[in-house]
Amino acid sequence: MRTPASEPREHYLNVSYGVRSWLFTTDHKRIALLYLLAITFFFFVGGAFAVLIRLELMTPAGDLVQSETYNKLFTMHGLIMVFFFLIPSIPAVLGNFLVPMMIGARDLAFPRLNLASWYIFIVGGLFTMFAVVAGGVDTGWTFYTPYSSTYSNTHVVATALGVFITGFSSILTGLNFIVTIHKMRAPGLTWFRLPLFIWAHYATSLIMVLGTPVLAITIALVAIERVLRIGIFDPALGGDPILFQHLFWFYSHPAVYIMILPAMGVMSELVACFSRKRVFGYGFIAFSSLAIAVLGFLVWGHHMFVSGQSVYAAIVFSILSFLVAIPSAVKVFNWTATLYKGSISYQTPMLYAFGFIGLFTVGGLTGLFLASLGVDVHVTDTYFVVAHFHYIMVGGVVMGYLGGIHFWWPKISGRMYPEGWGRLAALVIFIGFNLTFFPQFLLGYLGMPRRYHFYPPEFQVLNVMSSAGASILGVGYLIPMVYLIWSLRYGAVADSNPWEAKGLEWQTPSPPPTQNFEQTPVVQDEAYAYWPGEVEVD
Amino acid sequence: MRLDFPLFPEQASTVAGRVDALYFFLVAVSVVFSSLIFMLVGYFAVKYRRRSDAEWPRPILGDLRLELLWTIVPLGIALVMFVWGASLYFTISRPPAEALEISVVAKQWMWKFQHPGGQREINALHVPMGRPVKLTMTSEDVIHSFFVPVFRVKMDVLPGRYTSMWFEATKAGDYHSFCAEYCGTQHSGMLGRVIVLVPAQYERWLSAAAVGESPAAAGARLFQQLGCQNCHRADSGEKGPALDGLFGRPVRLQGGATVFADEAYLRESIFDPNAKIVAGYRQVMPTFRGQISEEGLFQIIAHIKSLTKEETAKAR
Repeated sequence: MRTPASEPREHYLNVSYGVRSWLFTTDHKRIALLYLLAITFFFFVGGAFAVLIRLELMTPAGDLVQSETYNKLFTMHGLIMVFFFLIPSIPAVLGNFLVPMMIGARDLAFPRLNLASWYIFIVGGLFTMFAVVAGGVDTGWTFYTPYSSTYSNTHVVATALGVFITGFSSILTGLNFIVTIHKMRAPGLTWFRLPLFIWAHYATSLIMVLGTPVLAITIALVAIERVLRIGIFDPALGGDPILFQHLFWFYSHPAVYIMILPAMGVMSELVACFSRKRVFGYGFIAFSSLAIAVLGFLVWGHHMFVSGQSVYAAIVFSILSFLVAIPSAVKVFNWTATLYKGSISYQTPMLYAFGFIGLFTVGGLTGLFLASLGVDVHVTDTYFVVAHFHYIMVGGVVMGYLGGIHFWWPKISGRMYPEGWGRLAALVIFIGFNLTFFPQFLLGYLGMPRRYHFYPPEFQVLNVMSSAGASILGVGYLIPMVYLIWSLRYGAVADSNPWEAKGLEWQTPSPPPTQNFEQTPVVQDEAYAYWPGEVEVD
Repeated sequence: MRLDFPLFPEQASTVAGRVDALYFFLVAVSVVFSSLIFMLVGYFAVKYRRRSDAEWPRPILGDLRLELLWTIVPLGIALVMFVWGASLYFTISRPPAEALEISVVAKQWMWKFQHPGGQREINALHVPMGRPVKLTMTSEDVIHSFFVPVFRVKMDVLPGRYTSMWFEATKAGDYHSFCAEYCGTQHSGMLGRVIVLVPAQYERWLSAAAVGESPAAAGARLFQQLGCQNCHRADSGEKGPALDGLFGRPVRLQGGATVFADEAYLRESIFDPNAKIVAGYRQVMPTFRGQISEEGLFQIIAHIKSLTKEETAKAR
């Protein structure tokens, strides 16, 4: 139905106004925006802590803040970035917005549960922010016992409760996605016609539902030991500190895949759209996501090669860790092969995709160093590890997230952002990132331990380089913040499919109507049917 | 700012060169694979750049041979890394039998060392060059980790149990040791020195730092004071097993299992005597948890070890 030009078309953003219409919405698209606001806030809070960390490390002496403060800074940086930004980032924002749209559904299977998970996330966030404001916590984001359960004099219980509560929002989101993907696909949208973004979110949801309860239990046990002095992890009370590490990493290693798998899903969409080609080896990419989800549960012990666990356990965890690297490598090769004989354009989202491939490759390969037992003994708990996981979590996840935000921004907001600024920001972020984190590989091999407030003077030059890079990276993150907000008012109006992409979300107006589609779409094509002619599918 | 900064750590132990060799292999593989990916992405991005908006290239669905190639080749290389890394790990985890044994007690925020002759040090450790040194370590509070970058070895130090590490220094010098596991406020201040001396200098250092009483002798005194010999002596019958010749031997337990009498077993038997009961004896021993300090326990274990050495000497 056409509306007259004088009367603007009704869509999910202008269908109703007022705070209540947002806080009580059950529209998955509005909930996605609620998440976007919340995690952007947490990203800049976590980022502010990172700025202070890098400022402190400019000089070998601990001269900017006291050790107590420094320890709280890196703890809260890690906690906020991991639990309140990276884990919800792509699934809760882009996944929430896109999972129903990509499968031709009108909403998620449980819209009210979806709103509940946002509220749970916010309550968890408030507990954690309370702990920050009340004086902070200094256990490291890993909460290692018995330091966290007995020795730390900071707000461990409030923080733990925040993480515990937030976990349930993750569980409910995962549950919602699993049911939605199983039950609400449009007619004709078989499993092997699904966009790879959906496969990635399906695999992620499995980990969220199966892994997060273990974290909740572990954190609860720490709080119980701390408050009631029941011996679980502290040897002075008859507990076992290594048990904590097993339980913690049983969730927290798969959590890495909760973060990276959705970014890989975004990558498949970007690479296909901007080379106008079906993703090479669709089935291999889809199943490698599931392989990562399954194998990812069996490698937690590689965080504990020098913790005193048995030599034979270490050997088993080492070989499994090498195995989990293979499906990630398969994905990178398939994306690269997708470019072959494509029609490649260099718009902003594709620049993030190139950045992702580069940084994720480095992050993945340096993971092999940590899986190799003999080398891990030297580099574990040093800046080598810090550099490695930032290549995966920032170089991989944040690049994927920003690429996705730019790609779907016209759909979400109905506006285009300024392309020149977009490309510039992508470039600044890429350069700033490498300057920040590459020197940390060298620092780590030299032996600089992580979580050090002050350090011997021979490590200073590399630290100064890293801090200089961080200032560039910080500017890189502020640029999109500014022009994306600017575009909401001044950006060119986006049509329904500005990238000429395939996928059901592009077949409905931008911004989409509340019910997503005027009529339920019927799917007759394979995913990524960019080629207009006949395709033989094997 | 020091501009003469190093980019690569010195090698000062027998394993350092071996760790670095594997590291360089990993670096080489990483450089080859990442260059391959970067060059292909760069080449395709330029060669197949969009020249006209009307281009809609023909899809390529996939290729099983390629998929197998880029699954099996990385898998093969990964297995080489695994085997290499694991064999090195075995070397790093197994101290040689005749190593010099030094006990380490960590606490917030210092390292306490005691040499076999009784010499004590805090935050500095003097070791001889060219001789394997085994550290048996425990913590009085939280988890710490003893890390000497120039030796390429590191091991967590846990409360309530013993862990061990070993190294053989190959180069005299004064090196950093770090605490590598976050342990609270002064974590970064838990910095130590490892001073590697040539054997003659080491001997001189030992005599200069001599204290008169070895840990074994101090342990023998504690053994008397605590009344251990009431039950643990050659003629104590069924009250308790004699400890002469116990250390390093297998012990048959009630229920048929066998345990190897090492430091961890002795520690457990003193602090938690119910955990493992020697075959043929009843559980009558009380716990000594809380009555013996970590250093005292090291001394008692040194005494029990010395009983084995005497035994072995007699047998010869």
